[in-house]
Amino acid sequence: MKEESPFTYRDALQFGLIAGILVIFISLVGMVVAFNERYIVAQTITLGQIIVFLPPLTLGYYGARRAKGRQGSKGLLMSLLLGLVAGAVVAGFVILGTSVNLRTVFINAAPKLFDVLTFGRESAAAAALWAIAGGGLLAVLGGVFTLLSSWLRRALVMAITSVVLIGILQELLNITFGSRNWFKPVNEFFFEQKGLSWTGAIVIFVVTVLISVWRTFYGDRPAKAMSRMSPQSQRSIQIGSLVLGGIILLLVPRFLGPYPSEILTTVGIYIIMGLGLNIVVGYAGLLDLGYVAFFAIGAYTMGILTTVGKLSTMEWSFWLALPAAVLLALMAGIILGIPVLKMRGDYLAIVTLGFGEIIRIVVLSDWLKPSIGGAQGILQIPKAHIGGYEFKGPEQVYYLVLFGIALVAFVAWRLRDARLGRAWKAVREDEDVAEAMGIHLVNTKLMAFATGAAFAGLSGAIFAAKLGSIFPHSFNLIVSINVLSLIIVGGIGSLPGVVAGAFILVGMPELLREFADYRMLMYGALLVVMMLVKPEGFVPEATHQREFHEDEEEIEADSLAAETS
Amino acid sequence: MALLELENVHSYYGNIHALKGISLTVEEGEVVTLIGANGAGKSTTLKTISGILQPRQGVVRLEGRNLTEYKAHEIVSQGVIQVPEGRRIFSRLSVRENLEMGAFTRKDTAGIKADMEKVFTLFPRLLERENQVAGTLSGGEQQMLATGRGLMARPRILLMDEPSMGLAPVLVDLIFDTIKELNEEGMTILLVEQNALLALDVADRGYVLETGTIVLAGSAKELRENPQVKEAYLGG
Repeated sequence: MKEESPFTYRDALQFGLIAGILVIFISLVGMVVAFNERYIVAQTITLGQIIVFLPPLTLGYYGARRAKGRQGSKGLLMSLLLGLVAGAVVAGFVILGTSVNLRTVFINAAPKLFDVLTFGRESAAAAALWAIAGGGLLAVLGGVFTLLSSWLRRALVMAITSVVLIGILQELLNITFGSRNWFKPVNEFFFEQKGLSWTGAIVIFVVTVLISVWRTFYGDRPAKAMSRMSPQSQRSIQIGSLVLGGIILLLVPRFLGPYPSEILTTVGIYIIMGLGLNIVVGYAGLLDLGYVAFFAIGAYTMGILTTVGKLSTMEWSFWLALPAAVLLALMAGIILGIPVLKMRGDYLAIVTLGFGEIIRIVVLSDWLKPSIGGAQGILQIPKAHIGGYEFKGPEQVYYLVLFGIALVAFVAWRLRDARLGRAWKAVREDEDVAEAMGIHLVNTKLMAFATGAAFAGLSGAIFAAKLGSIFPHSFNLIVSINVLSLIIVGGIGSLPGVVAGAFILVGMPELLREFADYRMLMYGALLVVMMLVKPEGFVPEATHQREFHEDEEEIEADSLAAETS
Repeated sequence: MALLELENVHSYYGNIHALKGISLTVEEGEVVTLIGANGAGKSTTLKTISGILQPRQGVVRLEGRNLTEYKAHEIVSQGVIQVPEGRRIFSRLSVRENLEMGAFTRKDTAGIKADMEKVFTLFPRLLERENQVAGTLSGGEQQMLATGRGLMARPRILLMDEPSMGLAPVLVDLIFDTIKELNEEGMTILLVEQNALLALDVADRGYVLETGTIVLAGSAKELRENPQVKEAYLGG
């Protein structure tokens, strides 16, 4: 990997400015005040404060890491400088904001905001000093992280993350388990009215640290113990854990109740789409920005064939219409595939983008209104059922989605290692050479498009039966972008990555519904940060992992070996 | 009957007339080289044989079958394998995965395994780096990998495009030793090379190309001693 240039005082200044401006930015868009309503630890720290702390903390860490070189003290000095600059920028903002009325331009620059930023200091001078000192302290704290051993650093980051996560989850936990008997004492131990209790936070922190440390030093023990066993018992353990996992997945809705099940089904619908687009983009390397079209085709096929409302045609059952929806989406994939096969990269992306829009506009058009409802959509789509069992609410639809994911994941997994999967891989890596290896480019690409489209069709069909009515606005470009983003965040080409990405990008926003205004902002920030820090995704696929972390892996392994010995 | 035969082949890039009636033959078990300056049409000839470029006129025959009727990927299963110029390996895949890709058209698992062993015996360096990412190999090792990958398809004829390009002299010698070795084992090779001296050293026969036409043909010995060739390609 390329040698990074030395970290100079100028860089520190620059980092400090960036941190300061970031804090001002999130303040002025209103995030700080809005998030300040959510306590993570009761009466102590709010989510709003955490996001204010984050820029100087992380930039302090990165500054120190780049400056570290031979000795750690220089890194810390850089962090301090950087933090002080950031603090000064924020202090300037606070002084400006308290003396001049900024609200005519920035409606969020309210007194409340400055209360948060200065932790209630009254006088401007005290507030400014606080901001500068706070900035310096946080950045140095970030810098100190670079001095820690990697196992300790990992443990602390995990512990802080889990405290914040569980703090965020408070409301959801209340909704979900509020009526259960066992929940009351647990709740009282961990939570107060708003936020975690101190004891709760400390317990979570300590437990996570212990788990992380155990995993670093003894994490390979179960695997080692397993490798010592006979092949038969290894196999039975594998099967056993699969069965156990399956049973847990089956019991989830019973345990969680309607609201979390609703979130899970939404996430699941995106997982199915993600697995499909992952074949097109991740396996075959064809950038498709109009993927929502196939989702729409699946949903509308299901809607038209099954509806019992005004637009009723066949009034088929769900199970009869399902293969039709998948098949139609698959054919649409091939039809789109044929003209665009000769295109590469950017050109392909733009044509598919157009295709997605065409489908949406066709669906919206007055011309087809008599048969597919135009803007009024299709209503009264019956729920799916098997015999007497109806997939009525989210707790039941969950099983339908689970079935879809299992089916699609199995197909995707088998295809990856099959001949076709290898052909996709070759095409992704180098089209011309792939052809020289005897790979039929046209068929290989068409198969990718068709498989991906079929998965989206399945997802759309389940989506239609879940909602009971569908409208054109559900099939916006943003769906394609969401699916593509979740693949990237999870790790392009990786199956577990799709699941992780869907939970992060689709599941998390559902948990933070009250902050829906900032959803796209956080989304964008997450993508930018991911691309800078972890471009291979959260659960990377081997080939991509190699590309980005060729040398680091070895270094990490070496330093770990040195530490443990 | 010659193994490979080109008869009056004309190829174009758009409107540019790149090959102006090329006729040549490669007999079973021969090493035949095409030499010539940049832009003479050497690589174009290989592209035409492997079906990446369709000739507008003329035929390419492999054991009498007309290859111009086949698509590029089908020509591979006919046994014509190209080792592309500039060592186009799959740089993010491992050495082993690259070799496996070479055997893509084959389904005889046992045969593939045996050929993999053979490639590793031929290039022990590749065995050492079996699980390494191909992009991190040195230039010489990448050329070995590209050659090995070509062999994995069990070719009837191997088309090698500029194997010496950008390699250190020691490695060039190594690659050419391998070409000799492969030929001794019976492999038929059509070799395109700018380094005419080396090429004529390993080849049985050669053709000299200039601006899309063959200007000279003969045994390697004759060409080496030809004053024109000496002056133009062998540095006097």
